[in-house]
Amino acid sequence: MMPDAGRPGRLNDPDSLRDLARRIRINAVRMTSSGKSSHVGSVLSMADIMAVLYGQVLRVDPRDPKWPDRDRFILSKGHAGAGVYAALAETGFFPVERLKTHYQNGSTLSGHVSHKGVPGVELSTGSLGHGLGVGTGMAYAGKLAGHAWRVFVQMSDGECDEGSNWEAIQFAGHHELSNLVAVIDYNKIQSLARVEDTLRLEPFADKWRAFHWAVEEVDGHDVEALSACFARLPFNDGKPSVVIAHTTKGKGVSFMENSVLWHYRTAQGEEFKAAMAELGVSDA
Amino acid sequence: MRDAFLRVLTQAVERDPRIVLVTGDLGFGVLTEYAKRFPKQYINAGVAEQNMTMIACGLALEGHKVFTYSIANFTILRCLEQLRNDVCYHNADVTAVSVGGGFSYGQLGMSHFATEDLAILRALPEMKVVAPTGIWEAEEASRAIIAQGGPAYLRLDKGKADSGPRDGESFVLGKSRMLRDGKDVCFIGTGAVLSEAMKAADMLAADGISARIIAMHTVKPLDGAAVAAAARECGGIVTVEEHNILGGLGGAVAEACLEAGGAPGFFVRIGLADHYPTVVGDQHYLRAQYGMDAKTIAEKTRAAMTKKRP
Repeated sequence: MMPDAGRPGRLNDPDSLRDLARRIRINAVRMTSSGKSSHVGSVLSMADIMAVLYGQVLRVDPRDPKWPDRDRFILSKGHAGAGVYAALAETGFFPVERLKTHYQNGSTLSGHVSHKGVPGVELSTGSLGHGLGVGTGMAYAGKLAGHAWRVFVQMSDGECDEGSNWEAIQFAGHHELSNLVAVIDYNKIQSLARVEDTLRLEPFADKWRAFHWAVEEVDGHDVEALSACFARLPFNDGKPSVVIAHTTKGKGVSFMENSVLWHYRTAQGEEFKAAMAELGVSDA
Repeated sequence: MRDAFLRVLTQAVERDPRIVLVTGDLGFGVLTEYAKRFPKQYINAGVAEQNMTMIACGLALEGHKVFTYSIANFTILRCLEQLRNDVCYHNADVTAVSVGGGFSYGQLGMSHFATEDLAILRALPEMKVVAPTGIWEAEEASRAIIAQGGPAYLRLDKGKADSGPRDGESFVLGKSRMLRDGKDVCFIGTGAVLSEAMKAADMLAADGISARIIAMHTVKPLDGAAVAAAARECGGIVTVEEHNILGGLGGAVAEACLEAGGAPGFFVRIGLADHYPTVVGDQHYLRAQYGMDAKTIAEKTRAAMTKKRP
């Protein structure tokens, strides 16, 4: 079986990927606005990565979410769940209409991503520092059985404060899990302040290298650069791979960009309309 | 109990390639043979219990049956959130095995006393909480957990009660065992400290007091029917656990009694009186020091019976 045999609707041109990213952003702003929920900045910063992964890279099948040979994707920065729900809906895992239930009473689309009743979600997260370790266990199992599928874990920069991640990073490097890919949404801003003013991560890439990971750094908003980067996976046959994606928090809505405020603030009223207009929706 | 668990696990591993044992860098000399025989079903995760539990969950989500292994609290408290969010919420087939319940490592100090584990793990949905009282139960419980799957917590003691099977007896998780019948008091014990209740029952028998003895090897799901029957049929209930008196077996039994609509005639919780031990010693010494030995159990039982009948 070809690796992509079960992969319908693969997007090969950059414009389609950019359009998917734009739709993810539009959904995210709508969902966080109607639910008056936080973390829109965290979703916008990883929207292009989600578009490239779900639109092109991940070998998944929306018609068969549990397809055994699928690539596994874990959102470790669970607070950006709206971004994954939007990516799943826009690529056919469930109707886009269902996104309206996000954050509403009785909904299964919780603020932090949940697998219960949501096709395509592998792991429920929300407490930071869990996704990489569970993904590491999955990758270990895949390697043990000789499977070709890969495990992608989308992480935030702030969550790299969690010691549990470094336990997993050490384990994955030691066991040479080349089927494991961590992607860091390195937007340089965490919950209360800038990363460099909270707990310095730099020299970030060197830390991963020191733990026996193969590292590539990329512009996390350049879909062509992201595509090319993911196409080179694994970066090293004997090491897990990490993509450090340099991003801008709140990317795509000028007044949300690079601002600590938009980790928690939700766009309402005129702000909502202005955000949607910037994303090309004039009648929001 | 540890050897019983490993014996059963080894037999199962020979037949079941899904089983993986993940240790947190503990088991010196004990896991050597297993590791050599089953290298693909053995992982030393290093001194990193959070990751140990996360990779266990990842393996389980990919179809493995996973046992995490360490001593005292290391498989459960450092990684409690991993057990809650990853293992229990995903209903993953992971069993946390703790070698060293209660004061098993009595000389090693407070860090190595597992004396809040039952209460804490009992509060996790999906989690089975199992603390065998003797070797036979440890073997049978291991077998049952392997068959039924996790999430589960298996607390193995260094000590053991003489709680072997009657002829033809079969073991069922969640079903307690009446080791002796009696009417004046019912001792309900979990873990090896049940041996002290059995000795206390012998002491009381000399005074003409007859005691029912129940081995409650499964704290969750609790055998509520046996508890309700004891409340109904015996003069009172005394729970015995090498554990804090809050929230563990004593709490579970009290809840079961009241919900069944019948408080026992008297109710005594034998256990650690909500504090941290500050001295060390062997398991027997610490039981006596902290009021869980047969003599204290018998005294507290007599006192409760006297108070009940003024």
